[in-house]
Amino acid sequence: MTSLLNRLFGRSKRGSGATAKNRLHFVLQHDRINLPPERAEEMKKEILAVIVKYLAVDRDRVEIALEQRDRLHSKLVAEIPIVNESHRAANQKLEPPAAVSARVESNGVDKVENADSADTSYDSIADKDEKDQKEPVADKTKGDEPRDDDKR
Amino acid sequence: MAGKVVTISSGKGGVGKTTATANLGISLASLGKKVVVIDADIGLRNLDVIMGLENRIVYDLVDIVEGRSKLRQSMIKHKKFEDLFLIPAAQTRDKMAVSPEDMVKLTDELREDFDYILIDSPAGIERGFRNALEPADEVLIVTNPEVSAVRDADRITGLIEAAEKGPGRLIINRLKPDLVKKGEMLSSDDVYDILGLTIIGIIPEDELVLSASNSGIPVTLNMDSKAGMAFNNVARRLVGEDVPFMNLNGNTSFLQRLVSFLDGR
Repeated sequence: MTSLLNRLFGRSKRGSGATAKNRLHFVLQHDRINLPPERAEEMKKEILAVIVKYLAVDRDRVEIALEQRDRLHSKLVAEIPIVNESHRAANQKLEPPAAVSARVESNGVDKVENADSADTSYDSIADKDEKDQKEPVADKTKGDEPRDDDKR
Repeated sequence: MAGKVVTISSGKGGVGKTTATANLGISLASLGKKVVVIDADIGLRNLDVIMGLENRIVYDLVDIVEGRSKLRQSMIKHKKFEDLFLIPAAQTRDKMAVSPEDMVKLTDELREDFDYILIDSPAGIERGFRNALEPADEVLIVTNPEVSAVRDADRITGLIEAAEKGPGRLIINRLKPDLVKKGEMLSSDDVYDILGLTIIGIIPEDELVLSASNSGIPVTLNMDSKAGMAFNNVARRLVGEDVPFMNLNGNTSFLQRLVSFLDGR
């Protein structure tokens, strides 16, 4: 009966089969683009290291992840929230937050998607008018994108 | 006659390639097709014992390729089926004794006389696999619902597509419905989600497969075997029939399904 309740309320425990599926998803993501997890981590650090040279980034909320629709379509999706200078100044003024502020913190968020649109990715960063950065960032993101072609 | 070359591969060893090849050969022959099965695992000959033909071997694949024997005299006829033949692997040579071009030449000759030429690929992704892949019109990928086998199936899938032989179709072998129900085994849907390949067969785990290999009588010849039935269905799908997938749970009626649902099974 408890299992029926679990079932009805969607609480049924998932067994090792689900673990197997998750592990396979992870391992195949890396197999398919021929980039092992450790190297992927290094790459993310390098990408971020370049970006922080030019932008104030909210490091705690940075997300750079591999996405894979199927074996032939992988992309690297990055969400790199940028700390807006004026907001930062405002927040600093408010510290410690004694008064209730009308201003809600809203960090600018730029999305960098490289598989389909390496160009737009640098465009959105270039909005911050750092022209010099466009070379290194574009190179980085392009470097790990086109592996699908090998697999065809 | 323009026969079709079907290669059975897997990447990982021990998932049931040879068993699948033997059973598909028998099933296709029992559907009235003219079939030859080729053991491409040179140095590790096995298809002959699974098919119960080990006593009849005189010549092998390498003898044919190197011109020591004629194709016709080297093929071993199955005891039960007039139109089912085996070309065994050489036992004392290695994979380099045969080239992908040799295999194309051989199968082109066989295409004239047979409906289906099944090639049992060796495990791995090297020369033996290349030999088996090169002449293929279609590739069947055998896997088990298990992490390492599925990973290797994905790897092989990439190589098959790179060789423009894809997409392969998938045989999920040794599935245990009880474990799937408990969530302790990847389901066929899970494997499909991960690999994205069309499934041509789901073969349940069946003790009768071991008895069959013990006795050299492939399990498709055993009417009581679920695995045998499942292999038969694969053969029928291969020839283009639309065959529904077997219910592997044994619960057929609505009432039984309701009871098992309420039971949380």
